[in-house]
Amino acid sequence: MKYKSQSVAKLYFIAAIALFVAQILFGLIMGLQYVVGDFLFPTIPFNVARMVHTNTLIIWLLMAFMGAAYYLIPEEAETELFAPWLATLMFWIFLAAAGATVAGYLLFSYSDLAELTMNELLPTMGREFLEQPTITKIGIVVVVLAFLFNIGMTILKGRKTSINLIMLLGLVGLAVFFLFSFYNPVNVVRDKFYWWWVVHLWVEGVWELILGAMLAFVLIKVTGVDREVIEKWLYIVIAMVLITGLIGTGHHFYWIGTPDWWQWWGSIFSAMEPIPFFMMTVFAFNMVHKRRREHPNKVATLWALGTAVMAFLGAGVWGFLHTLSPVNYYTHGTQITAAHGHMAFYGAYVMISLAMISYAMPLLRGRNAANPAKSQVLEMWSFWLMTVSMVFITLFLTGAGILQSYLQRVSDNPMPFMVVQEQINLFYWLREIAGLVFLIGLVLYVASFFVGQNEPEAVVADR
Amino acid sequence: MRYPPGDLAIWIFILAELVVFAAFFAAYAFTRMNNVELFNEFQQQLDQRAALINTLALITSSYFVVRAVSAIREDNRRHCVVWLLAALAMGALFLIVKMGEYQHHFIVEGVSLSTNTFYMFYISLTFFHFMHVIMGMVILAAVVVMAAKGKYSAAEHTGVETGASYWHMVDLLWLIIFPLVYVMR
Repeated sequence: MKYKSQSVAKLYFIAAIALFVAQILFGLIMGLQYVVGDFLFPTIPFNVARMVHTNTLIIWLLMAFMGAAYYLIPEEAETELFAPWLATLMFWIFLAAAGATVAGYLLFSYSDLAELTMNELLPTMGREFLEQPTITKIGIVVVVLAFLFNIGMTILKGRKTSINLIMLLGLVGLAVFFLFSFYNPVNVVRDKFYWWWVVHLWVEGVWELILGAMLAFVLIKVTGVDREVIEKWLYIVIAMVLITGLIGTGHHFYWIGTPDWWQWWGSIFSAMEPIPFFMMTVFAFNMVHKRRREHPNKVATLWALGTAVMAFLGAGVWGFLHTLSPVNYYTHGTQITAAHGHMAFYGAYVMISLAMISYAMPLLRGRNAANPAKSQVLEMWSFWLMTVSMVFITLFLTGAGILQSYLQRVSDNPMPFMVVQEQINLFYWLREIAGLVFLIGLVLYVASFFVGQNEPEAVVADR
Repeated sequence: MRYPPGDLAIWIFILAELVVFAAFFAAYAFTRMNNVELFNEFQQQLDQRAALINTLALITSSYFVVRAVSAIREDNRRHCVVWLLAALAMGALFLIVKMGEYQHHFIVEGVSLSTNTFYMFYISLTFFHFMHVIMGMVILAAVVVMAAKGKYSAAEHTGVETGASYWHMVDLLWLIIFPLVYVMR
């Protein structure tokens, strides 16, 4: 850690990991509800478990991105954070808002929560992933604006690097597109259309810029490769992300009542979305191959390479599987989507967040470069357990999705939804088991922060 | 001389761009196969003369860019800048002619993406290319600024070659779009 104010990132990282644990627990609950329908009913109904599972994911990723920004932006800008106190204050506001929202989901029925938070004044609730009460959404806007102000001023007063600018561009985009969550037209087509401007343009647009910037930062640090080389790659990846990702939004517009040319635009552009992810994979491996130093933080490098591979598989390949409109005609909204969603979020955004945390946390905790070998080994175990189990979750859900598409939509005698669900029960059980393995991996991950504290840190001689 | 000319990164980008266009061309070809009559009928509505002017404009601009690269290889910065400006002028001509074409189709005829499949492809392909011409011009303009500042020389002019490579791609794509969309029956 070079600048004192970077230490604010630690708060964000710790909260992110705590919310990650909550996310996985609720994932396991709803995973079990797929097969044991009344599990924990009526205390935690399926829709609530699902809401908590998806919302905590988004919130903890935002926490991790903000933590990453507070860490990397001062370091890149070579100056202290503009207002560290503001970052700390915003953290507590954000955490309180997130905690209150989740508590609201769990303690009240959704309609009571809507009434309690006076949703009728500015109705924004009731849309998938954007279920947060309006007051929480306003809170998110306030926190993000203060955050952007803080990092923007830091960049202005310091060195301007490509990584910082792309990180900032991604985060500004995140804020801008979130504003569409306040736009809630009566027309259902328009409603869905703009809903995707938040959901798609986040994960397949501006978040990829954040991912690219974070990956580039970690790679510069662990490989020692020239900044110029890494930045050049970053620009190409970003250009490709924007070309394919922005118009690629069209792959969500196939069946919602938009003009039919979206079938072409959506299919062609989104079919190219794997390209930037593939470039990222080539980029990461190339940089590690060309490394000029052996960084003692092996596990951070592992996460960085992992994210490059898993993002390509999860977002790129699994996205491509069902992105063409003739295919999507059959697979739309089946477990294929769930399979893609799981691996893409894990590969692209969870892993890059963990890569960043893995790189920064030892430094934030006062180490010179890396954790002791013992804790790194444990973290590597958690890497493999979580990653392999996520591969299995994805494969099981893909199997479920293929069978579901066939039985429900392709076969000569299509079966009703619930009948099909019983047919694919086995896949759901297998997915739940894989989910338990993921939880074990996560427990080891958390444990890796506590083991080997008093041992000397890992060191490697320079090449 | 180094191969490929310019920055290796731009070549990866060019390849990726070509893949996107290739997908579009293939989609066009397969769709046309099933709708030959529709495509032939509405192809007649296009302004082939304007497209021909644009073809000549882009080929000429590519020639100018080649001259700019040879000028800088001979360490002639002033000529490099002048040839690049000439190429930019040809790019601007392309944009003006194209906008005239769009004005006729969109405003006079009231054509839109939803009119029919042929127009969907016509608009998508040419507009996507149109945006690339603008992008290419932005790149060339950046090269002009750098060249005018004296950042390039016979020894180091990667930037000029990089911009030139991208511009040639923009030209090449039009050389496929022109026969494919405007001429071939």
